[in-house]
Amino acid sequence: MARAFHQTRLDTLPGHAAGQSEFLDYWRLLKPNVMQLVVFTGGVGLFIAPGSLHPLLAFVAILCIAVGAGASAAINNAYDTDIDRVMVRTRLRPTASGRIAPADALATGLTLAIGSVTVMGLALNWLAGGLLALTIAFYVVVYTLWLKRRTPQNIVIGGAAGAFPPMIGWVAVTGRIELMPVLLFLLIFFWTPPHFWALALYRQKDYANVGVPMLPVVAGAATTRRHILGYSLLLAAISLLPSLLGTAGWLYLATAALLSAGFVLGAWRLVRTASDRQAMRLFKFSIVYLFGLFLALVLDHVAQPWLSA
Amino acid sequence: MTKGDEQRRRLRAKNLAVAFLLLGLVVLIYWVAMVKMGGG
Repeated sequence: MARAFHQTRLDTLPGHAAGQSEFLDYWRLLKPNVMQLVVFTGGVGLFIAPGSLHPLLAFVAILCIAVGAGASAAINNAYDTDIDRVMVRTRLRPTASGRIAPADALATGLTLAIGSVTVMGLALNWLAGGLLALTIAFYVVVYTLWLKRRTPQNIVIGGAAGAFPPMIGWVAVTGRIELMPVLLFLLIFFWTPPHFWALALYRQKDYANVGVPMLPVVAGAATTRRHILGYSLLLAAISLLPSLLGTAGWLYLATAALLSAGFVLGAWRLVRTASDRQAMRLFKFSIVYLFGLFLALVLDHVAQPWLSA
Repeated sequence: MTKGDEQRRRLRAKNLAVAFLLLGLVVLIYWVAMVKMGGG
């Protein structure tokens, strides 16, 4: 069924509305789903930072973060074409299915990377531009080229790339790295392993087929589930830090406590039931968790004048 | 439409997209410069 669908799409694409489908392929190359989360967390960093920014500059900062993330995704797609072709989850990607040549994807990624860093540096400040460059380089060089195919710790260390956007947003406004953006970085850094391991448990065979040493493939499902529980406990502790250290209020604290309790409970259930369905449920919850925490930061920030009055 | 025509058409569309992108970037940087200098 999936193969038939895949075949049909490939057959119909070149002739039918070629220009439009090519545009959509280039859009998909930038992994818009990942971009959404990056834009959201980067936007929150920008919103809660002390100080103000002209709306145009705020828009440009978010745009640069989004384009930088898209650039990383395009370069990642170009390099991983061989394994993306084999994996069920990724075989419809424009590079994997042959609709965009890896060289074109690489050129697109490099152009967008240089463009986004330059505009961020010129329009906002060069610390924000430098952090954006570091994020792209980290994702491409450290994660994609170095760690992904070598170690089960790939997403633990590589996850740092996804943790930078709120810091970039903050620095775009203030021009400085302070305690709060470091806490936001840690939050996403410790959220990434249980998030991806829950998905990897569900897609274990896919990763094993292409020889990517994800933790479930190398250490087994039981060890992975215990790691998820361990990281969820660490994450719960870190999620409370912004309020405990005085950089966020009780509204955030209450939300973080509630959501973290849900995360730990989900991880505990995963260890107890050892079911793939629970792994998928935890993966989906982890997305709601991160959106929820960052939304709570925004609401807490907006409500602060009334709450402290 | 022959394969050559199709390829030329795609290339033209790609060139046009790049031209618009560059134009957009120029406008954006100009606008940002105005804002940063306090004129916008």
